[in-house]
Amino acid sequence: MRSARRLLCAAALVALAAGGLAAEARAEGTVIRSIPIGNLKVLDPIWTTAYITRNHAYMVWDTLFALDENNEPKPQMVEDWTVSDDRLVYTFTLRDGLKWHDGAPVTAEDCVASLRRWAARDGMGQALMSFTESLEALDDQSFELTLTQPVGFVLDALGKIDSNVPFMMPKRLAETDPNEQISEVIGSGPFRFVADEWIPGSKVVYEKFEDYKPRAEPASKAAGGKVVHVDRVESIYMPDAGVAVQAIASGEIDLHESPPTDLLALVESNPDVVVRPNDPQGYQLFMPLNHLNPPFDKKEARQALLWGTSQEEYMAGVIGDARRYQTCPAVYGCGGTAESSAGSEALMTLDVERAKKLLADAGYAGHRVVLMDPADNPTLHPAALMGVQTLRRMGLDVDVQAMDWSTLVQRRASKAPIDEGGWNTFITNATVTGIANPLIHNFVKNCEQAGYGWSCDERVQKLNQQWALETDSDKRKELIDELQRVHLDNVTYVPLGQYRPAIIYRKELSGVIPGPVLFYWNIEKKS
Amino acid sequence: MFAYILRRLLATIPVLAIVALVVFSILHIAPGDPAAVIAGDQATPEQILAIRAKLGLDLPFHEQFLLWVGNVLRGDLGTSIFSNLPVGHLFLQRVEPTVALTIATTLVTVLLAVPLGVLAAWKAGTFIDRAVMSFAVLGFSFPVFVVGYIFIYIFAVKLQILPIQGYRPLADGIGPFLSHLVLPSLALGMSFMALIARITRASMLEVLSQDHIRTARAKGLPARQLLFDHALPNSAVPIVTIIGVGVALLLGGVVVTESVFAIPGLGRLVVDAILHRDYPVIQGVLLLFSLVYVFVNLAVDLLYVVIDPRIRY
Amino acid sequence: MLDALAGAREDEAPVPPRRGRLQQLRRHPTVVIGGLILLLILVATLAAPALTAWDPLLIDPLARLRPPSADHLLGTDAIGRDLWSRTIHGGRVSLIVGLVVAVFATTVGLLIGLIAGYNRLADALLMRVMDGLMSIPAILLAIALMAIAQASIMTVVFAITVVEVPRVVRLVRSVVLSVREQAYVEAAVVVGSRTGKIMIRHILPNTLAPLIVQATYICAAAILIESLLSFLGAGTPPEVPSWGNIMAEGRAYFMLAPWIILAPGIVLAITVLAINLVGDGLRDMLDPRFARRL
Repeated sequence: MRSARRLLCAAALVALAAGGLAAEARAEGTVIRSIPIGNLKVLDPIWTTAYITRNHAYMVWDTLFALDENNEPKPQMVEDWTVSDDRLVYTFTLRDGLKWHDGAPVTAEDCVASLRRWAARDGMGQALMSFTESLEALDDQSFELTLTQPVGFVLDALGKIDSNVPFMMPKRLAETDPNEQISEVIGSGPFRFVADEWIPGSKVVYEKFEDYKPRAEPASKAAGGKVVHVDRVESIYMPDAGVAVQAIASGEIDLHESPPTDLLALVESNPDVVVRPNDPQGYQLFMPLNHLNPPFDKKEARQALLWGTSQEEYMAGVIGDARRYQTCPAVYGCGGTAESSAGSEALMTLDVERAKKLLADAGYAGHRVVLMDPADNPTLHPAALMGVQTLRRMGLDVDVQAMDWSTLVQRRASKAPIDEGGWNTFITNATVTGIANPLIHNFVKNCEQAGYGWSCDERVQKLNQQWALETDSDKRKELIDELQRVHLDNVTYVPLGQYRPAIIYRKELSGVIPGPVLFYWNIEKKS
Repeated sequence: MFAYILRRLLATIPVLAIVALVVFSILHIAPGDPAAVIAGDQATPEQILAIRAKLGLDLPFHEQFLLWVGNVLRGDLGTSIFSNLPVGHLFLQRVEPTVALTIATTLVTVLLAVPLGVLAAWKAGTFIDRAVMSFAVLGFSFPVFVVGYIFIYIFAVKLQILPIQGYRPLADGIGPFLSHLVLPSLALGMSFMALIARITRASMLEVLSQDHIRTARAKGLPARQLLFDHALPNSAVPIVTIIGVGVALLLGGVVVTESVFAIPGLGRLVVDAILHRDYPVIQGVLLLFSLVYVFVNLAVDLLYVVIDPRIRY
Repeated sequence: MLDALAGAREDEAPVPPRRGRLQQLRRHPTVVIGGLILLLILVATLAAPALTAWDPLLIDPLARLRPPSADHLLGTDAIGRDLWSRTIHGGRVSLIVGLVVAVFATTVGLLIGLIAGYNRLADALLMRVMDGLMSIPAILLAIALMAIAQASIMTVVFAITVVEVPRVVRLVRSVVLSVREQAYVEAAVVVGSRTGKIMIRHILPNTLAPLIVQATYICAAAILIESLLSFLGAGTPPEVPSWGNIMAEGRAYFMLAPWIILAPGIVLAITVLAINLVGDGLRDMLDPRFARRL
């Protein structure tokens, strides 16, 4: 026993010594410790559309153009740009002194390669490329985009704020196969990714990039000068949301990007904590429908869903706090430039009997309806359960299939019948900024461009094309109303309401920029 | 004795081989194509096929297995599908919290449970004995995650004397390091403690009934000296055995405890990996944990030779 | 998980001489207490629909996160489902998994154990596989097995059975080996009784008592592992309420509504406690010799 005791002591000493060795001088200076919107698993913002990866990418990479608070694209890495009189040739010149985190200068060739890789993955990028004759570097600092016909969305595409954002990467990374992830995180953004300190599933560390040259204009959403006032940002993932909120109250954490709305009550009366919605527009919750599989291959069955759905129920059940949500008939979101309430009677009225009748008209005879439930997602899982209840109320035979979000993302790409791994419906969300117009809203594209659900209504294709080429804003508005009517008549998908999550932070922080992404430039921290 | 140790060491080889085979086959038959995961949500079937070929996933089972075993023997556990980092690197990042938790739990439980067991044996049949034994049954029935949340509720939410969750590396200072370990190691230690207290009591009872101890007791030897210097060493063998068995419980318990207390250790790594089907990581962690289990039990066997002079090989 | 304890348990009193059943029960009050608690839980889960007016799946957006009250005995969860109803309905999953795994694991374990105890060659092979399986921590092995198929109660049963079988095999094999060496069995072999006959006459009866005891511990372990799997998100599908996944869904709201976690958690612990009490009592009652030997 004595030797056993000695062994234990020795083991404890070894552990202490090992811990001591691991101890290294902690970085001095200002640190923001924050809780991100999710667990950062993938570092490549072109390879995935996950918002957490996009947010990470805004730290590390910079963009050619960026949206300001009026949602207008403003030059960011670009100094000047010109467009020819026939609106076919765009020439861009980069700002002086832009550097990659490894010290190399940013060149026009890097940008061309980055745009190509982005356009291979992103829907809007693909649209742009379909009108592109050539994209070429002219010299180290300028490059030229030549179109086959004039289109209105070139700058909108380059300044896109929703996934996938066209981030500029060094050429050697941008030449990675678009279907594989980049092997290194090197950007020219205001923060450097500290690879050694990345603990997947737990912690991501960024350091201020000393050589970053911010623009002179004040920061405005993603545009303007990205002036960094702190030395380090530690992004800490905590799986238990409730505890994370508590960590803000106790001062262990400075900022929480997505606290569950119910838990805001825990800190709302705390004078040291600021609670505020950060994105004035927020998110749209919606239910994509698979137009290939019965019963939703029939228009009547899809229309039944509109009558049988109450946005109020979803919002109250999933979000809870009435100050943080609104019902919204607009397919392209409320509060944006493409808001419309055309053709929304069925969506905004709850009439279960009418829904049942429409289902009967559609010849519904007890088909199984597969609803995919991302059980690991704190917002979408309750929404899915709400969906199950809504569908069952109309008399549909719902088969809930639980899976994790990454499996769902894989499976939603399947066009197979439900017996062969296919699906009928699920519920997901998107930032309103990311669905604000017909070009970027991938879920309501139709036919050969259709998103998950594969709806096909020729009218949508035609109207989208007209909208993209139209430059007059009144006409654009009419086209949006028409599109909205078509989407709600054909029921491309079911919008379920709009909500604005709040962020919370310690009052020591100031200068947090409102937007769909939390940016860490411009934030100051009092010690 | 040397021959015994050698034989014992060799005997671990088939066990480890079986573990490797089992671990590899489970993940091999699991649906869900790692290549599809790697290719992302916009990949075409051709791209997925290309990645399958690159990863060697199109090879027959036995070739894949041998390839994997060969790599593992060379110390290459593969690369995480999600983070693209070597599995070995992920281990190193995560090992400190898990080792700290395991050692803290072992210390806490042994230091609390052995004296409790001795006390119960000494006071056999009394109220104290009953209390200790009831605690032992209770401790064994309350799962770690239930105890964990009860502790959090009492000590962190209501009394607010200990941190709710999280982990502080030793580098942040010994105070925060220890305070973050108290609740998890107590919660994890509960069932382990129950086990050790019972065994200690039982083997002490047996030893206390032996003649020489009875004589010593009759001669009026002080209780402490009698118990800890004479009786306890004689009952060490079953206690040490059970500590060895307990390590298996601990390794399993670590997975849950780390999840309840948000400790970024190996346990959470493997749960995340399983939920996201990150096969190389799952294989690595399962193999590592089994290795630890096998070697701890090996060490326990060898320890017998040291602590019990009656055992000779 | 519990078999480690099973292996370590030591009976407290000297072996009682055989008496009537009733008297025996009186000597082992834990069986009675444990049994009564179990019965209560069993009745509550079976009669669940009669004991609550609430549908365990019914979402009420207007009654979220309510504390316990007369209307909702144990309060409601984050989407307004009644917790009392979910807890008693959730018990069904736990008890079914516990019972089915206990039956499957002992049956499969008994077969493999008999083969191993009787055939040298099979013994060497089977026991290596069992050693290998046992050196993977039970919980991890179960979670990994869950990756094989869609989450369902059957998958959970399968995963936990695989984890528990090796322990039964070891037990059965050790009994077979020791019984075989006893004089009367050797005699039976010498006089040329057939193997099958020896098994049924001599070996099976000897394994029965320890197996029953082992089965109760497996039942408790299975209930624990099932709840753990569900808690970690790898168990029964979220739509079927089970103690583990009710707790998992309450994690985010623990600071605000601790009852979501505590209610099913405590019921779970009491159930496992009751089964362990029954197991301890049965062991002392049925086979004190076995208990002492281990």
